[in-house]
Amino acid sequence: MTDPQSRAPRRTPLTAVHEGLGATLTDFAGWLMPLRYGSETAEHNAVRRTAGLFDLSHMGELAVTGPDAAAALDYALVGQLTALQPGRARYTMICADDGGVLDDLIVYRLAAQEFLVVANASNTAVVAAALSERTAGKDAAVNDRTSDCALIAIQGPSSAGILAPLTDASLADMRYYSGHPATVAGCPALLARTGYTGEDGFEIFARPQDAERIWAALCEAGTSDGLVPAGLAARDTLRLEAGMPLYGNELGPGITPFDAGLGRVVKLGKPGDFVGRAALARRARAIPERVLVGLTGQTRRVPRHGYNVLWDGAPRGTVTSGAPSPTLGVPIAMAYLASDAAGLAGRGDAAGRLAVDVRGRAEPAVLTPLPFYRRPA
Amino acid sequence: MTVPDELHYTHEHEWVAVSDSIATVGITDHAQNALGDVVYVSLPPPGGKVTAGEPCGEVESTKSVSDIYSPVDGEVTEVNGEIDDDPGLVNSDPYGAGWLFKVRVAADEDPPGLLTAVEYTALIREDE
Repeated sequence: MTDPQSRAPRRTPLTAVHEGLGATLTDFAGWLMPLRYGSETAEHNAVRRTAGLFDLSHMGELAVTGPDAAAALDYALVGQLTALQPGRARYTMICADDGGVLDDLIVYRLAAQEFLVVANASNTAVVAAALSERTAGKDAAVNDRTSDCALIAIQGPSSAGILAPLTDASLADMRYYSGHPATVAGCPALLARTGYTGEDGFEIFARPQDAERIWAALCEAGTSDGLVPAGLAARDTLRLEAGMPLYGNELGPGITPFDAGLGRVVKLGKPGDFVGRAALARRARAIPERVLVGLTGQTRRVPRHGYNVLWDGAPRGTVTSGAPSPTLGVPIAMAYLASDAAGLAGRGDAAGRLAVDVRGRAEPAVLTPLPFYRRPA
Repeated sequence: MTVPDELHYTHEHEWVAVSDSIATVGITDHAQNALGDVVYVSLPPPGGKVTAGEPCGEVESTKSVSDIYSPVDGEVTEVNGEIDDDPGLVNSDPYGAGWLFKVRVAADEDPPGLLTAVEYTALIREDE
C-alpha cells in the first residue's frame, strides 16, 4: 500500500519548462520546484545586476470577497485592510490568539469588496482555514484560488525595461506595492510591483494555461539584458541579503511580529477587535527578552540555521537563517539574540566577544543592522 | 555524472589517485553537483596526519556544509593553493584543477577499502 506521506509533489504550470532547462528540482512544501538551473550564485548575481525570472506558482492565493471583506480582514489579520486603497498591496501577518505568527502575507486590494491574500506555500491550508473561521457570520467569502493561479516574478533593475513592451500597463506609473489587472504577453493577469529580493520587480498572477506563454515571452524579451531563470536557492540568498524574514526561520507560531522587529505591521490603533489583539498589545508594551539581529561572519565558515550565537563564550542566541552572501562576499545570518547581549554587542567595545558556534568552533561575528543590502536609489 | 575509470572512490564521494606513494584526493562530480556552488574549503594542514575514514576538512557551499573524509592513512604533503581564492574550481573541474590535498601513503599497495569506478557508479545510481 502506498504510504500517504510519500505522495508525489505537485507540479506547477511551469515544471515541464524547468525540467527542459535541466533544473535541479526539489520538493518544497509539497510542490516540485526548481532549486537552481545551474549556478545559484550566478542566478543571485543576475537578479542584482540585471534580472531573474522566478516560478512562484506554489504560493497560495486566497480570494476574500463581499461587502464585509475589508472589515473581516481587519478582524482576521493584524493590519488595517479597510485603509488599503484599491490598486494597492500591503505586507501583513495573520496571528493566533496568543500573538504568534501563523503566516506572513501580502494582501492586494483589487476593488472595494475584492482582496487577494497571498500566503506561503507551506501555510496555505492553515491560512485558508483560519480566514474561513474568522469570516464566519460576516458577509464575506473565502475561496482558495491557488490551483487557478500561476505566479511568475521578474526581479532586478532591468525588470521594468524587459516587461514594458509586453504589457499594456504603464510601468512608470506603478508605485512599489501596487497591483492591478493588466495584460502581459497578450494574456489577462494581475500585475503587481512587489517582490522578495530587495530589487525592483514585478509579480504576475496569471491563468495556468497562459504561464508557459508569459514565461517564454519574458525570456525572449530579456535575452539582450541577460535575464536568466532563477530558482529557490537564489530566492533565499536574495531575501536574506534584503533582511526579509522567512516563515519557519525568523517567523513561526512561537514568535510575534514584534519579536521579529516587524511590530509596524500590527495596527493596534485600528477600531474593532482582531485576533491576537490583547496578547499583541501586552507584547507591544513589554521589554523584549530577545531581538532579531543581523550578523556578519568574520571568517569564511558560515553560520547556519540552528547554530548557537555566543556572547563572551556563552550561548545567548540562535541563528535563524545563514548563508554566504554572494553580493557582500562574506557569510551573513539572522539570529534571535538575548536583548542584553544584543545591546552590548552593538557597542564599540564588542570586538571579539560575539561569535557563532559553527560545528564546534567559535567563529567571530559582528552585529550588522538589517538589511545587509539595499538597492541603489 | 562523470566517474573517471582510472580513479578510486569512497562511499563519502571522494576520489583518490595514487602515484609513487602520493595519493591525490578530491571530491567527485556527483558530490560537487549535490553541494551547489562551493564557497570555501577547509583543508588538512600540510605535515599533519590523516586517517582513512576520518573527517579531515569541510566543503562549504551556498546551502550546506559537508565533511571531507580522508580516503587514506598518511601524512599530508601538499594542499591545493588555488582553492582558497577560487573555490569554484571544485565545481568546474573536480577531478583536475579542483584537487584538494595530497597524502604520502605506504608504497606498493592500493589503499584498502576503496571503490572502483564501476562500484562507485553503482553507488550513486542508488542515490538517484
